[in-house]
Parts: sequence; C-alpha cells; structure tokens
Amino acid sequence: MIGRIAVYMLLILGAVLFSVPFFWLVSTALKSSQEYAADPGALIPKSLAWDNFGKAWTALPFPRFVANTVFVTLICTVAQVVTGSLVAYGFSRFEFRSRNALFYTMLATMMLPGQVTMIPVFLIWRQLGAIDTFFPLIIPAFFGGGAFNIFLLRQFFLGIPRELDEAAMMSGASYLTIWWHILLPLSRPAIATVAVFSFLGNWDAFEGPLIYLNSPEKYTVAVGLRMFQDSFGTNFEQVMAASLVHILPAVILFFCAQRYFLKGINLSGLGGR
Amino acid sequence: MASRLARHQARWGFAFILPWLLGFLIFTAGPMLASLYLSFTKYDLHSSQWVGTENYRRLFQEDPLFWKALDNTVRYAVFSVPLGVIGSLAIAILLNQNVRGQRLFRTLFYLPSLVPAVASALLWQWIFNADNGILNTALGVIGIAPIEWLQNEQWTLPAFVLMSLWGVGGGRMVIFLAGLQGIPDSYYEAARIDGASPWIQFRRVTLPMLSPVMFFNVILGVIGSFQIFTSSYIMTGGGPNNASLFYALYLFRNAFEYFKLGKASALAWVLFLILLVLTFIQFRMSKRWVYYEGATS
Repeated sequence: MIGRIAVYMLLILGAVLFSVPFFWLVSTALKSSQEYAADPGALIPKSLAWDNFGKAWTALPFPRFVANTVFVTLICTVAQVVTGSLVAYGFSRFEFRSRNALFYTMLATMMLPGQVTMIPVFLIWRQLGAIDTFFPLIIPAFFGGGAFNIFLLRQFFLGIPRELDEAAMMSGASYLTIWWHILLPLSRPAIATVAVFSFLGNWDAFEGPLIYLNSPEKYTVAVGLRMFQDSFGTNFEQVMAASLVHILPAVILFFCAQRYFLKGINLSGLGGR
Repeated sequence: MASRLARHQARWGFAFILPWLLGFLIFTAGPMLASLYLSFTKYDLHSSQWVGTENYRRLFQEDPLFWKALDNTVRYAVFSVPLGVIGSLAIAILLNQNVRGQRLFRTLFYLPSLVPAVASALLWQWIFNADNGILNTALGVIGIAPIEWLQNEQWTLPAFVLMSLWGVGGGRMVIFLAGLQGIPDSYYEAARIDGASPWIQFRRVTLPMLSPVMFFNVILGVIGSFQIFTSSYIMTGGGPNNASLFYALYLFRNAFEYFKLGKASALAWVLFLILLVLTFIQFRMSKRWVYYEGATS
C-alpha cells in the first residue's frame, strides 16, 4: 500500500515538473505584452491575448514557413515509411548472399555521427546546383528512411507468421502484393510508430534546413523561428505563440498515434534473440 | 546447387533492400571516404591543396578552441548520459506499474520530447533568464539567489545538462518501457515464490533482462550527446567565453561559416574516431554486464 502511494506521489511530482515548462510556454503565448512584463512567471494568464498568434502569423512570412515544412515533412514521411518497409521486407523475408553482413552494416550506421558525411554530401548537392532548394532535404528520404526505422519494421515483420505469406504465394500473389496486402495491414502499430518518428524527425529538423536553405521564402518553421528570435527579441509572447504553432502538429499527431505507439516497438532483436 | 526458386527469391530480396544499399553508398560510404580525403587538404570551395596531416597536427597542437570544445562536450556527456539513462529508466519503471491514468502520465512525460529543438531552445533561453525566468523565480521561493545560467561560465554546462534532462521521458524512456513489457511475468512470479523482495526482483530479474536495452540506450546516448548542436547554436552561440562551444558547433562553424572544409573534415574524423573508440570500449565492457538470454556466458 505504501509502495503504491509512493508510486503515485512520484508520478504526480514528476509529471508536474516535466509539464511546467510546457504549460508556461502555452500560457506565455496567451499573455499580452503588458501582462508578461508585469508577471512573467504566472502560469495562468488573466486575460487571453489571442492576437499574439495573429501578430506572429503576419509579421514574418510565417504561413510560408508552415507550408514549406508541411510539404517537406509529408513527402519525407511517406517516402521513409514506404521505402523503409520495402527494405525491411527484403531483410525479414528473403535469403540472399551477405544479407546478414548488410543488415549489420546498416545497424552500424546508426552509430555514425552525421558530421562525417555532412560536408561531402553538401558538396554533392552544391555540384548539382541544389543549394537553396528542397531536394537535399527530400531526396535522401527515398533511400530506406534510416536504419532505426528499418530495424523497427523488420523486427515487427519477423513477428508475423510466414504461413500467411506462403498461403498468399500459393494463390498466386506477387511479392509486392504480399507486402501491400498482408505485411503492411498487419503492421499498423509499427507503421504508426515509424511514421511518428519520421514525422517528428523531419518536422523538427534544424541543421539540414540551416545548411541548405538560404532565402527566407524557402525557410522551414524551425529555421524561421530563429528570425522571430532576432526580430522579436523582446516580444517573448509572440516568439512563444509561433513556437506553439510549431509544436501543435507534433502533439496532435502523437495523440492520434498513441494507441499504436508502444505496440510497434519490438526490441527482441536487441536481446540477442 | 541453388534451385531456381532460391535464385528468384534472392534477386527479389536484393531488389527490396536496394533503396537502402544505394542510399548507403551515395550518402554514407562514399561521403565518408570523401571526407577522409578532404581532411588531408586545405579546401575553401574555390581552391584545394593537399596538406597531408597538417589539419590534424594543427588541431592537436595549435588550436585551443578544439580542446575547449572537446572538453565541454566530454563534460556534457559525462553528466547528461548517466543522468539521462537513470532518469528515463526510473520514469519507465514508474509508468510500467499498474496505475490509473497511465496514458495521461505517459503523455505528460513524453510531451517535452515532442517540442521541436528550436522551440525548446527558445523556451529554455527564457526559463534560464537571470532576471525573470521561471527557474530563478522558483529557486527564489526556496531562498536561492538568482543564478546567471547562461551568462556565467560556471553555470552554462549545468544549464545544458538540466535542459537535456527535460527530454528523458521521450524516446529513450519508450525504449525502456518496451523492454520492461517484454519481460515475462512468469519470471517475477518465480522470484516471488522464492520469496524475493521487490529490490531483489529488480536486481535479479529487471536489470539483467533490461541490460541489452540499457546498453543500446547508453551507446546511442553517448553518440547523441557528442553531437549536441541546436540548443547551443540558438541559446548561447557557444558563449559566454566559449563555455558552451560544443564540438558539433565548432565543426559547423568551421564548415559553413568559415568554409574551412578541410579542417572541418578533420574535426569530423576526429569525432568519428573518438566515438568509435568509446563504442568499442563499451562493447568490450558490455560482456561483463549485459545479459543475453539464451547466450552461454
């Protein structure tokens, strides 16, 4: 009994500590400048200043930033899920020469710091005249979407009985049909998990857009927010209103996918078995 | 002799992994070799000149900022990785208890890691504000004088570690949680029948069963902490007096602000080799503490 009370106390204490910065962000985004100046620490605004959003929205080409980010994120997420699940299908269902060596090579790339490839990749895009375009941000997503995503999908596919594939093969289904009609529908939790990770990764991406995008009308929200910092240095409420716009899609997506989220992570491969 | 079916299968399997393989060659293996080559040159986008190991010699012998950045980064890793792993494990264990409102708690702990890095940096910049940030306000309530978190060299690193802990309820915690849920209940039942206390159960069942997951989190935690970039780029720009100049920020500046691409490539390879050695040591040490079910030890 004492144990259970302690668990609840710790959970509540922790949840409060972790949520305070977030709720402070939300409440600050809703405070008027005067109120923020008078009492910056207050967690509940006295009156709601919705016009912070309007000001943030019009002061910089913010709608443009949002449109750019949505464009890049949607293409990348779909590309990563589709190509990632194809690669995972190859690694989980087929026998071919050096399959395991290739698989472990892929896992090893997870440990590679991005800095080692960053400069030559930049030079490739520069050579191709793709600086200040979205191509350097989008094209790499079509190549399997990252080792961790492929790993998660492969683990999940391994848990789906092969008899289902074989039965479909018997009735003449092609490999692509099996991938689309059997593996993908049965892997919803893993697909949802990978889609959330991909979405967040692209939505948050900062260093890539910072390196490749030069003109403000091409900025994504992450890079654009920095302009807010410069031009609204003192109007913290508006910076937070803009940040909130950046955060909300991620939070909404997480709520929608939450049902599937944890079920999609099958770590048995890490246990050596 | 391979049957026709097996060959057919092998071709298809290879075709399916081809996107990854091509991406690996174009965006990983090729560029790695290219950056190794660049690290032996002086290259500023216009002219290139082979300088041998000069870039490396200068880094080690003539570049105090390199040592400063490395020192900052190592200190940051030494504190943020263990605290992060312990914190995320503790939250995962709490959330794995059969409590009411589990989903609500899970969401509240996960929320911070949904905040994009730039927004998070802007937010913490103001949380750390010496005059009216909520952190100093809260500390003031318990009688602690205001701290100049981001202006005082001594407090900058603790501030970045503290900020990193805000995210411990995120991905790493979820991975621990998945690991915890993979431990069969029967193991705990057997332990209880033998009269094991909760602490003994934790030591003898939970920790060994979780050790592969923990190993994974530690490895990726170390690698991630060595690449801290966005928060210092936004919040302090590496200051004050280079107290938050982290390795990845120094590398970024050399590459994309000063366009010293040869030197930046040398920095990248030094980082890569450091992480390679650290990872290798951890794999060696893991034989002593990571338990693989079914493996003979």
